Amino acid sequence: MKSNYIKIIIFGIFFFFICVFFIFFLKDSNYNTKNLIGKKISTFNLPSIYDEKKIIEDKILKKNKYTLINFFASWCSPCRSEHKYLMKLSKKNNEIKIIGINYKDKKNNALKFLIEMGDPYDLIGVDFNGSKSISFGIYGIPESILIDNELKIIKKFIGPINESHYYQILKLIS
Amino acid sequence: MKTFIITIFLFFSITAFAQEEKINQLEVYKNLRCLVCQGQSIADSNSDFAATIKLVVQDQINKGKTKNEIYNFLISKYGEWIVYKPMFNKNNFLLWFLPYLVLALGGLIIFFISRKNKHN
Repeated sequence: MKSNYIKIIIFGIFFFFICVFFIFFLKDSNYNTKNLIGKKISTFNLPSIYDEKKIIEDKILKKNKYTLINFFASWCSPCRSEHKYLMKLSKKNNEIKIIGINYKDKKNNALKFLIEMGDPYDLIGVDFNGSKSISFGIYGIPESILIDNELKIIKKFIGPINESHYYQILKLIS
Repeated sequence: MKTFIITIFLFFSITAFAQEEKINQLEVYKNLRCLVCQGQSIADSNSDFAATIKLVVQDQINKGKTKNEIYNFLISKYGEWIVYKPMFNKNNFLLWFLPYLVLALGGLIIFFISRKNKHN
């Protein structure tokens, strides 16, 4: 009788562990930007690339119906591939403003990059050492965050904006 | 002589304090996962991401933030995956208690089996 009890207990424990492992291992542990949707971006203040005394703050973005915050640098080659979509976005739609955050870059190189590729940004802030970008949860660049006028995240794009992202943005802001 | 001894004592205590501060910083780096590397902590990695996180941690330490405040800040930005040592909360309680539970249950099983063998 007792040995039956022990067998049941051992089987129960075994079954319990199988369930625990299934529950935890089947959980998606990959980073998912969906968790960020609806969360407010952190407050920030960055010096403007054109005038260091001019400070770009999060409050300014409340005026825009939608804002795309784009992290870029002249040394970042994928930033070049997404630039044409940012240019298209800046020309096509007045409802969205694009704010650039120049990440770990030299001012002269960034300005050359903008002259060469075009300037789709309404404002450009500078993050000299990348530390301010950590408050946005940035891994590397390019990355873009679409927010509304309450500064809530609508979507985050990791990697360069491509054609499909471009249409997604148009759909989200229409 | 007294002044000399006090100076030496102060020198060593300051050095020891500075060393402790450094160790704490390294401890924080070691508990942070480099999210763009493969199996490396922030302490081990020379990647751009790790360098930036080190800067931010250093900055937060200078601001007088505690270890937990730093971890919580980074968790709020990158998710719990960024820390190696999982935080103690309702989602993770099993992770913390399971080893003790297994130990206790294992002990009980061994106890019952050995008692049964004795009786036989």
